[in-house]
Amino acid sequence: MIKFKRIASVLALGACFLASQGMAAGGGVHLEKAEIDPDNVSSLQRGARNFMNYCSGCHSAQYVRFNTIGKDLDLSEEQLIDNLMFNAEKTFETIQSAMPAEDAARWYGTAPPDLSLMARAKGTDYVYTFLKGFYVSEDSPTGVNNVALAGTSMPNVLWELQGYQTANFEHHENEDGSVTTSFKGFEQLSAGSMDAEDFDDFVRDTVNFLAYIAEPIRSDRRKLGVWVLMFLIFFFILAAQLKKAIWKDVT
Amino acid sequence: MSRIEAEVGKPQGGFMKWIDDRFPFTSTMEYHVTKYYASKNFNWWFVFGVLAMVVLVIQLVTGIFLTMNYKPAAAEAFASVEYIMRDVEWGWLIRYMHSTGASFFFIVVYLHMFRAMLYGSYKKPRELIWLIGMMIFFVLMAEGFAGYLLPWGQMSYWGAQVIISLFGAIPVVGDALVEIIRGDYSISDITLNRFFALHVIVLPLALIGLIFVHIVALHEVGSSNPDGIEIKKNKGPDGIPLDGVPFHPHHTSKDLVGIIVFLMIFSAVVFFAPDMGGMFLEHANFEPANMTATPEHIAPVWYYTPYYAILRAVPDKLWGFILFAMAVVLPVFLPWLDRCRVRSIRYRGWMYKTALSVFVVTFIMLGWLGLQAATPTYVMLARVFSVLYFAFFLLMPFYTARDKTKPVPDRVVYHD
Repeated sequence: MIKFKRIASVLALGACFLASQGMAAGGGVHLEKAEIDPDNVSSLQRGARNFMNYCSGCHSAQYVRFNTIGKDLDLSEEQLIDNLMFNAEKTFETIQSAMPAEDAARWYGTAPPDLSLMARAKGTDYVYTFLKGFYVSEDSPTGVNNVALAGTSMPNVLWELQGYQTANFEHHENEDGSVTTSFKGFEQLSAGSMDAEDFDDFVRDTVNFLAYIAEPIRSDRRKLGVWVLMFLIFFFILAAQLKKAIWKDVT
Repeated sequence: MSRIEAEVGKPQGGFMKWIDDRFPFTSTMEYHVTKYYASKNFNWWFVFGVLAMVVLVIQLVTGIFLTMNYKPAAAEAFASVEYIMRDVEWGWLIRYMHSTGASFFFIVVYLHMFRAMLYGSYKKPRELIWLIGMMIFFVLMAEGFAGYLLPWGQMSYWGAQVIISLFGAIPVVGDALVEIIRGDYSISDITLNRFFALHVIVLPLALIGLIFVHIVALHEVGSSNPDGIEIKKNKGPDGIPLDGVPFHPHHTSKDLVGIIVFLMIFSAVVFFAPDMGGMFLEHANFEPANMTATPEHIAPVWYYTPYYAILRAVPDKLWGFILFAMAVVLPVFLPWLDRCRVRSIRYRGWMYKTALSVFVVTFIMLGWLGLQAATPTYVMLARVFSVLYFAFFLLMPFYTARDKTKPVPDRVVYHD
């Protein structure tokens, strides 16, 4: 019976952890796996370049400092200034958008959100699917819609690289008369400057960088964690010996 | 030094005597630590009390450092948390320890309470310890709730919105009460400010005071044990319980082993999975609070979800609130609902064993259901488990009185 209670309590914790799965935001569409490699510094460097060239015109990353990026991604102060800091003077500054938020809100209907924490709030798979998910739609003022976020007011800034694509949807009428729409894949309309594989890598690097800026300390904490656990194992052995010595006379 | 100087010139007893003449230091240490005898056959279920103290200390210390950098204002709170995470030296570690500590506080306290249910620790003469413990649990729930608003993320805001509006279901005074809690017509800067005051001053003070009383009451009657017998009934010629060993150094050295194992699990989360896949830090809370955009799925943090599932299982708002409150409060009455003379599960009958097993499954299932979106199937399931939850408590006087028990030994027994 006692054994059973032990198993039950372990199950209790296990259930809590399992329940956490599948809670990230996702909308209706099946999310494509981003398959990023957070330890690949050159991927992160390319992602930083992509971000500053394609995202930072409209989006800020207001909690992210250039010198933090430099330190973590092995970039010198000169490299930062020459390659990434288009509208910043000092390396301790944070990433600000080139577009005033008020104007942006007027032009797009909604101000482009800050991207410091986007990968953590929505999940990397979502961001990956979103960035690849623009398709031509005549109803939209930007000319495109998105499979991950229907009705988005963001235009497809990567169209030159990706080319244009359309999305196929299947409409299925349910018994109660409601209609379920399911996404059935893209169809390429015109080629971009990159082939599909290169474009996937481009987006993957960008998402990798977004995941990095969402938690710059990630790799440091994992490295430190190994040392902390090794210390605790050592400490455990000592404490277990101490306990044994103190309890040796207890019968 | 002459013989006379040694006898007369120096104060006898030295520094400790000087202290003890003015403050009961040695006698207090003996009463509570070095000559406090607890059963020698404690199993690991008895470690969660001391672990709760460890988590309390973690929360207090990290909390102090967080307040040095956190700004309790709607316009600055979210950014100040990111400032702690990115720019404050070791701020990320302090914050992750605090956010992980919140979840571990509840894990440890739930297991501590379950220990009491396994071994009848709440039974006479320990009813008051249980009552004080339940008060600690209520304060802890309030503390966690107030703390969750502070990062001012989307889930902070909307979670608080849902829970505070529950009080609006109370007839006549409901709406006024909601306004008093919020201090405003919606959750605002004012709400954040007062929740900060509650979280860092009022509730921690109450918590520390109650924990002090909890331990004083415990040391008055003595700790229970896995056999549920009174070790004070079998004393040696020196007046020391035959089955007891002193808290220090015996139990402290054993607890230290438990504390290190706990710290390993705790560190594994802090360093390798601080958001625990959205359980300890919810994904939506990485977006700043926005009163014009409701998240698609609002779920409280996992440690409230068993009660939240009961709330959602009831179609009526007022009755939902009443059953929710009853579910939280009912365990208070355990010492009187339980009519069995035997304390420990080791010697109780199949009825209580079955009831407790079903209760464990019920509590876990309610917790899981509270995290899911309220689809008709899940609401139906939540109703079934809500009934089982209440049945465990309300039927207890009947099944515990009828249960066939085994004979209880005079002295403690070792298992394993």
